[in-house]
Amino acid sequence: MPSAILIALIPLLPLFTFLVLGLYRRKVFKNASGIIGTLSLLISFVIAVFTAYSYFHIHQGSHPAEIPFKYTWLQFNEGMSIDMGIQLDSISVMMIVVVTFVSLMVHIFSLGYMKGEERYPTYYAFLSLFTFSMLGLVLSSNIFQIYIFWELVGVSSYLLIGFYYDRPSAVAASKKAFIVTRFADLGFLIGILILSFYANTLDFNTLIATFTTQTPELHNALASTFLDVSALTWGLVLVFMGGAGKSAMFPLHIWLPDAMEGPTPVSALIHAATMVVAGVFLVARLFPIFSLSAPAALDIVAYVGILSAFLAAIIACTQTDIKRVLAYSTMSQIGFMMFALGVSGYGGENGLGYTASMFHLFTHAMFKALLFLGAGVVIHFIHSNDMKDMGGLRKYLPVAHITFLIACLAIAGVPPFAGFFSKEEILLAAYNSNPTIYYIALVTSALTAFYMFRLYFSIFWNKPTPLYSSAGEGAGGEVHHHKGPFVMSLPLIILAIGAALAGFIHFGNFVSSDGQPLESHFNPMFSIAPVTIGVIGIAIAWVLYKKQNDKPERIASALSSLYRATYRKFYIDEIYLFITKKVLFNLVGRPAAWFDRNVVDGMVNATGNATATLSARIKKIQSGRVQGYAIYTLVGVIALAVLFIYLWK
Amino acid sequence: MTIEPGLYHLLFISTALFFIGVYGFLTRRNLITMLMSIELILNSVNINFIAFNKYLWANRLDGVMFTVFVIAIAAAEAAVAIAIIINLYRSHQSIDVQKAEELKY
Repeated sequence: MPSAILIALIPLLPLFTFLVLGLYRRKVFKNASGIIGTLSLLISFVIAVFTAYSYFHIHQGSHPAEIPFKYTWLQFNEGMSIDMGIQLDSISVMMIVVVTFVSLMVHIFSLGYMKGEERYPTYYAFLSLFTFSMLGLVLSSNIFQIYIFWELVGVSSYLLIGFYYDRPSAVAASKKAFIVTRFADLGFLIGILILSFYANTLDFNTLIATFTTQTPELHNALASTFLDVSALTWGLVLVFMGGAGKSAMFPLHIWLPDAMEGPTPVSALIHAATMVVAGVFLVARLFPIFSLSAPAALDIVAYVGILSAFLAAIIACTQTDIKRVLAYSTMSQIGFMMFALGVSGYGGENGLGYTASMFHLFTHAMFKALLFLGAGVVIHFIHSNDMKDMGGLRKYLPVAHITFLIACLAIAGVPPFAGFFSKEEILLAAYNSNPTIYYIALVTSALTAFYMFRLYFSIFWNKPTPLYSSAGEGAGGEVHHHKGPFVMSLPLIILAIGAALAGFIHFGNFVSSDGQPLESHFNPMFSIAPVTIGVIGIAIAWVLYKKQNDKPERIASALSSLYRATYRKFYIDEIYLFITKKVLFNLVGRPAAWFDRNVVDGMVNATGNATATLSARIKKIQSGRVQGYAIYTLVGVIALAVLFIYLWK
Repeated sequence: MTIEPGLYHLLFISTALFFIGVYGFLTRRNLITMLMSIELILNSVNINFIAFNKYLWANRLDGVMFTVFVIAIAAAEAAVAIAIIINLYRSHQSIDVQKAEELKY
């Protein structure tokens, strides 16, 4: 096992990079900042892989949680303290590898993509801050520690979404993301307070042990109810609310599509591969409690997950901004991970959903980062996000074309690409425990295949190969079209290899709900339905979008009201605006403002005015005339004399 | 007819002296005169001390000692006060106490 200092370096190196680049960005590291950030992250990545290797090498057969480092930061009472610690277990070890890997790819990609940006060093500083926070989050050993890093992740996401702060839309999107997730985090905080109140601990392992064995604390938490729901369930549902906010689950998903205003590599890193799965990670972290002591909360996780997956897949079919399609696809895939956790049981064969969820998290990080980076190459080339401006690009961007195709096949669940295996396990877990969810998930995976290939065909086929002037020739007012340097192709190729081959990992050997290896059986008969339905989805996309034709418009006009509702994302944003602007502002905000201005301010002003009036009167005593003062003294002395002589008996 | 002076005579003198001092302090505008009035007040106290010492505790020296203290402190006070008056004169070209009103700021 590597020493604690070495493991601590994994998150601390990006933190150090952030500080150095943030402080000296203008003067010292103007152009070298990208290289510095990338190299420091490369070291982090190597240490992370080494840690993962030694962890799984030592713990073959079972995967206990190890805490190589723990520092008590704030002690409340016996047993309850906020610690800063590092916890290594199978999911945190997996996550540090995923986070450092995707982050490294994005760092390399950004060397080309962000080149020439005015705030290039700032960009790398923010990326490092994000990587630090995310690594801290997954390594946390204490639920309050995870909350601290959770907020840090939110801040760095806010900073990066609003990176182009001269665009009003980016500013609005960053504020929206921050406010929506912050609102969800309120639930998370209350959940933490409820759980720790009953368990009298904030430490993850103690918390899980307390709530999964027959302890007085567990009975107490189950016995005290609110609205006929036990306190434990309330606590977990509120914690899940925080997770749902960060993971863009319905109905807290509204920030994710807007978050695409950030630079594309940022979307790949934060809003596809790492930060948005923090909610899944959180549920997985507390999974034993969910599964063993609060099945009702786990059901909520399952239904929220499947609803988000289905809804997002439908919306993704009609969007034309390629990054928004990918955003909704992300939401849909995270929904898959969520309901996989929701349908899972604890231990042994029942824990298949847990393993499948983590497996899908792993493969999804590969192919979704790849899709976003591929979209980044396309946007870099076309200078537009709208798929109407694209088409026939396969000749110009061969690398992006092939890798994008691999990623699409992976997400559509075509064997033998990575997504096939993980999605297969999820569907199997759903089939075994809840058929309703299984059938909705099946339809959703058909939709997934359809919208991904709609995207693919619209970008790379659809129109006849257009004529673009190649790099350097586009002089004058023409827009430059160039496919980007090698540093932008390299991450695509590496991620494509990952997206193609990651499925062959026997994930059950590494990650399972109870730490014991899980033997997953590959069942060809079961795979027939999902693969067939996926291929049908691809075929429909082929017919509609391979060549330019009017069929999509005809279908859209045939289903006009449904199409319009879907295109407008089911008016969820409008509902939110109505609730906040019309209802909350008018019914709560304005009366509160009136009360504040008239009553609270009035009281303060009245106090001030009274003091001012009184002092204006009193200050005449301070005349500056010495003899006046002498008279006061004399009168005082006489008064005291009278008092002592005649009245004080 | 001659009257032997007693305690009451002395107290009468000291009271008269005290109120003459107070009157002077309150009515004169000239700082030097006010200082002199303060000296009158202090000396009336001295007479009180001496008188009580002589007529009530003739075998002790407390009153005399206090008087010596008061004289010493009065000398010091006069030195300080005159220093202040000189400075005031330098800045205001006057030792009229009513011209020094703005010193309150």
